[in-house]
Amino acid sequence: MSKILTRFGDGYKVELTEDEVKADIEEGCNDAASRAGIEPLARDEQEHIFEMFKNQDTLVGIERGREVVMTYDGMSSKIRRAHIVIDRVQSLQVFERALGADTLELSHIDYSFKPCKPINGFELPDLDLLLNSTVAPVYYGAMPNLGLYSQPDGPCPNPADLLPLGKIDEARQAYEEAIEHAVSDIVFVASAMYEAGVDGINIDTVGAAGDADFLTALKATEILKEKYPAMGIEMGMAGEFVLGMHGNLSWRGVKLAGLYPQDQVRLAQQAGATIFGPAINIVTSGTLPWNVARSVTFCKACSEVSEIPVHANLGMGVCGIPLTLTVPVDALSRATKAHVEICRLDGL
Amino acid sequence: MGGVRTAGDLVARMQLNRGMRIDAAKKYVAESLGVAVSDLNDPIVMGEVRDDKNIFWISEGQTTVDGIAAKYNISKLLDLDINCVNRFLKNTGLG
Repeated sequence: MSKILTRFGDGYKVELTEDEVKADIEEGCNDAASRAGIEPLARDEQEHIFEMFKNQDTLVGIERGREVVMTYDGMSSKIRRAHIVIDRVQSLQVFERALGADTLELSHIDYSFKPCKPINGFELPDLDLLLNSTVAPVYYGAMPNLGLYSQPDGPCPNPADLLPLGKIDEARQAYEEAIEHAVSDIVFVASAMYEAGVDGINIDTVGAAGDADFLTALKATEILKEKYPAMGIEMGMAGEFVLGMHGNLSWRGVKLAGLYPQDQVRLAQQAGATIFGPAINIVTSGTLPWNVARSVTFCKACSEVSEIPVHANLGMGVCGIPLTLTVPVDALSRATKAHVEICRLDGL
Repeated sequence: MGGVRTAGDLVARMQLNRGMRIDAAKKYVAESLGVAVSDLNDPIVMGEVRDDKNIFWISEGQTTVDGIAAKYNISKLLDLDINCVNRFLKNTGLG
């Protein structure tokens, strides 16, 4: 039986037999299903993923007519990461006109709302120039990044210092205090950008600091939607599972710790988000057939219950894409095809 | 989908500002432009459509309607409020 060349979640190559690939796909589906309490992929869907990996062409493509739009995070730093010295507005024009990007996102290199607040006045002229020189919808994006509100970087006591001392109530109070600061910063920055003409706000990497981080994004979204009903808001997650760093936070009666994408999206749309981005962690020691099948299982359940567009976060280290700076196109195209075709996604 | 090289930017607008899912967004844009859904990601068809409707196209050396003017036309075609267009109209007293 011929071998199938694929990769591990860290990007390194591995050769597997057909039976090994099939077994990995089934195990990946079952792992996601058991964790999130959802259905594993059907046999024909698992077979579809298998055929993608069995096909040894470098690139695979989306079925004609199933094309989706793309949104981005930290977009205006992407080209500079390749050591190309280019202005942010120019880099977004390159994305729009040369690379065919469907949306644009202006962002500060320190991609969190807290550092964006004091320099907001210096972001506005760039936004103005961008809006006058491009056609695609423009986001302003940043992360809630609740960690920045803890001492020594921020004003609140640090839960990571308090928890080892057994000061659980104090740690929880610190998180609750940080939430209020972060919500205020997100609303301040997003309001200024919206009143300057931006089409939408990208609240990205939500939940990176756990349930308090997710609650921050939900509260900020709710306030912004009340203030600006026409504002587009994308909420992109940090991982597949909301960590219970606080452990006792709820929003509209739903406990946040432990939520998986199919429940995260329900809250995001209730808060007023217009696009939701699930992020499924890669397991670097797992094969790509295992990781892709696992991620597709989570994302399919999310897409099925969602009433708003779902843009799965296919990027370095999430949703079946290897954790590497230079993503191999064979891996990228297979993860993309599997997610779009099986999950019936709206975008990436 | 190809952004301004096709109709990806227009479909994205319906998702972002109206919360439409992909099939509904494509159908809405296709009907608004008077093209088939299958033409939306065709750069040949969409280049001509975008030129005809003055909503920016990759024109290589020829003039094209760009920036706020193109977005004003998109706003009319899609019957969609575009934030920066409204701001331009307000600031100029045109709206």
